[in-house]
Amino acid sequence: MTTVVRLRGVTKEYAGGVRALDGVDLTVGEGELLGIVGPSGSGKSTLLHIVGTLDRPSSGTVEIAGHDIASLTDRRLSALRARRIGFVFQAFHLVPGVGALENVAEGLLYSGLPRSRRRRMAAEALARVGLADRLRHRPHELSGGQKQRVAIARAVVGEPALLLADEPTGALDSASGEAVMTLLHELHAEGATIAVITHDTEIAGRLPRQVRIRDGRVVEDTGRRAVEPLDSGAGEVAA
Amino acid sequence: MPRTKLTAARLGPRDVLHVGSAGLRSRPVRVVLSALGIAIGIATMIAVVGISASSQAQLLRQLDALGTNMLVAKPGEGMFTGQEVELPKDAVGMVGRIAGVEKAAGTGDLRSSVRRSEKIPAAETGGIAVKAATEGLLDVLRGGLASGTWLNAANGRYPSVVLGHVSAERLGITRPGQQVWIDDRYFTVIGVLDPLPLAPEIERSALVGWEGAGRLLGFDGHPTTVYERSTDASVDEVQKLLAPTIDPRNPQNVSVGDPSSALKAKAATEGAFSTLLLGLGGIALLVGGVGVANTMIISVLERRHEIGLRRSLGATRGQIRIQFVTESLMLSGLGGLAGVALGGAATGVYTSTGGLPWVVPLWAVGGGFAATLAIGTVAGLYPAVRASRLSPTLALAAA
Repeated sequence: MTTVVRLRGVTKEYAGGVRALDGVDLTVGEGELLGIVGPSGSGKSTLLHIVGTLDRPSSGTVEIAGHDIASLTDRRLSALRARRIGFVFQAFHLVPGVGALENVAEGLLYSGLPRSRRRRMAAEALARVGLADRLRHRPHELSGGQKQRVAIARAVVGEPALLLADEPTGALDSASGEAVMTLLHELHAEGATIAVITHDTEIAGRLPRQVRIRDGRVVEDTGRRAVEPLDSGAGEVAA
Repeated sequence: MPRTKLTAARLGPRDVLHVGSAGLRSRPVRVVLSALGIAIGIATMIAVVGISASSQAQLLRQLDALGTNMLVAKPGEGMFTGQEVELPKDAVGMVGRIAGVEKAAGTGDLRSSVRRSEKIPAAETGGIAVKAATEGLLDVLRGGLASGTWLNAANGRYPSVVLGHVSAERLGITRPGQQVWIDDRYFTVIGVLDPLPLAPEIERSALVGWEGAGRLLGFDGHPTTVYERSTDASVDEVQKLLAPTIDPRNPQNVSVGDPSSALKAKAATEGAFSTLLLGLGGIALLVGGVGVANTMIISVLERRHEIGLRRSLGATRGQIRIQFVTESLMLSGLGGLAGVALGGAATGVYTSTGGLPWVVPLWAVGGGFAATLAIGTVAGLYPAVRASRLSPTLALAAA
């Protein structure tokens, strides 16, 4: 199986000596659906930023979709995000005052595709998340669950190698949250590689693989089946 | 995982406009307010340049109508005595015979005063001179009558008078037929002249027929000013011949003038717009630019999430920079457009109330607009660089 994410001994220290990540090893194969779980302050958001190439580690190596990000310039890193990574945020981050179709098409703005193609793909992505009848609705005319589905459509419209969802249900009521999780399961069934970052153990419990983080370290990884030594630098693992 | 070649895609011009205008579309009130500073600056500059250009165009048009082929001869000061010398009685006729001269006319100063009635003391002349005028004067000056008729062989013999428009105003004469008191008798006003920009001295005169002046007011028949029109080609030639013709022995006693040259000089100074006002416009423009920079910095602070989102969607630092520079350019460009329209309209109001032609030079419009674009770039550069340096993780941190 091909590897989408490969982290080796990743450490992230912030100014002032705060060590948010401390020697994390993580491997994610293509087609996996995993939850990265931990209480707030555990370092899971930092992990998301590193995996999402929004931040670089203080030490250790990060390989995303076959690229060692330490060797990439800002421009190439941006291109990597534009083509290979999709983000879903707790706060949706939709562009206000602009319809759902435009918002989703914005996900392809930096991909270099022509405008008409971007809009066509955006309409398809919205249909895929069940919002084919909401193309012209602006964010304030949508419910929280619908907004998050628009955000998911924006994240998957470019068929990224990796979808990163940061507390996707955090701002939603339980019914809407349920619908969003169902959608992520469906996308996984269609072959997408998805990492869900959450503090909610209940949500994480229903995902095929769980990676538990505490104090910047991986304390449990069900994908590894067994209790291997944490800092062994283990190789790829079958899901 | 197959490695794909990673090159950041370029944004097309349409996409650049799209992302650059997104921030403006969502905050229309702020756009209007911050573009207003630029608009006021540009409007001031356009109006200053436009109004002076319109005034100049008006003067040049006037000059065109009046012609530059008229010369005036007057007695100069005597060489030794400092006394004014007299022109010969036939000076007008002699000038008329110079080659190239098309027509000539003369006026002769009288020692009379003109008053509204005999009850007003003789000392109160109101600055109005009484002059004898030859019949051809109005023609040579290319003047017109506001009302009534001009002097001719018939009415020139009788106590009738034509008033320049300034004298009519000062005497309170509104229509022909009214009477004015000259020396010791009433004269009937038979006409009032239009303004004469080439001969302001006639505007301030009461004109009596040549013959009538001799008979009724004791005019000695010596002209004190000779006006002549020549063909355009012979103006220089005539200018040289004028003095020797009038007084062959002492040509230095005759001074020759070109009244249109004064008008030309005036047109030149009108064209030189007020630097002070232009400077004020420049300061307004500068303040407007600071306002745009301010708005842009606030915009960058407020839109940290959007910047983070765009970075996560794959925008490079350069693409974030160009987004905010574009936004700043559009903001000041809008102000510039509004300013050009406003300045043009202000010039229009000024010219239409003054009856001037509406002229806004293209270089002023182009220059003003170029200035706004330069200001937009400068004002947007620092905020744009700040936006592009923003760490995407900080920008995405939950609010």
